Amino acid sequence: MISPLANATLFHVGPAPITSAVAVTWGLMALLVGGGFAATRRLSIDASPTQAALELIVDTVDAQIRDTMRVEPPPYRAFIGTLFLFIFAANWSTLIPGVEPPTAHLETDMALALMVFVAVIVFGVRAGGLRHYLATFASPSPIMIPLNFVESLTRAFSMFVRLFGNVMSGVFMVGIVLTLAGFLVPIPLMALDLLTGAVQAYIFAILAMVFIAGAIGDETPASTKSEQRQAP
Amino acid sequence: MNWAEIVSIFSAAMAVSFGAIGPALGEGRAVAAAMDAIARQPEAANTISRTLFVGLAMIETMAIYCLVIALLLLFANPLLK
Repeated sequence: MISPLANATLFHVGPAPITSAVAVTWGLMALLVGGGFAATRRLSIDASPTQAALELIVDTVDAQIRDTMRVEPPPYRAFIGTLFLFIFAANWSTLIPGVEPPTAHLETDMALALMVFVAVIVFGVRAGGLRHYLATFASPSPIMIPLNFVESLTRAFSMFVRLFGNVMSGVFMVGIVLTLAGFLVPIPLMALDLLTGAVQAYIFAILAMVFIAGAIGDETPASTKSEQRQAP
Repeated sequence: MNWAEIVSIFSAAMAVSFGAIGPALGEGRAVAAAMDAIARQPEAANTISRTLFVGLAMIETMAIYCLVIALLLLFANPLLK
């Protein structure tokens, strides 16, 4: 059986081996960037159907950011939205026959989790300055500094393992069922796989928002905070 | 087939099967609590279900860790070869 941790090399560009995950990633990037560019080239007040669909996506991302982080979305929209759209497209690329989602490989997920790890630091420093960001590590009391430090590393690791494990296990399960019974039997599992892929993309984006919101600290207006406290 | 291979296959199965028990119970409790909360306060259903999804993902990670350990034992075992 082919190991899910291994990568199949498609071809070589000079000394660099190009795996199928890299090829699919570049294909998705070209699709998302090209599609986004082509769809936003002619924006108008009375929206065409394509523009309306894109506005729906942007509005949904904005609403989620506003709900989860309780800040105005513009600084975070690009990062969170791209993260969600890329992971969603990657997870659903399994719909195309012969394409294995790049998120089912360790390297892509590790890169995405590292991006979130760096983004938390960058947004945290940008929002309140380096001093304020470092002070969040000692937030309840200075005794927690080592724990908070370890937590910031392990949560990046757990994001990476979570996405990898979920997507890879879906692909792996479909593969195993295919070897047992090929015709029509794996279809429910594939449908479940699509659901898992969508949920995991959503959760990855939400967790990135939660971590960034934790790093930018208490910029929330007092009214929403008291509302949050009264909620339970 | 030597002992290390037999033990790693067996322990991979054990890791997944016993590692799934805890998260399964935890997710059951979490969903039950969320259902209770939504039934009591249907207007807060959006917030509750969003928090529930994030919480379920957190709980599920424990099972995924076990799965990754099992895969490491099967496919990237340092003791074999």
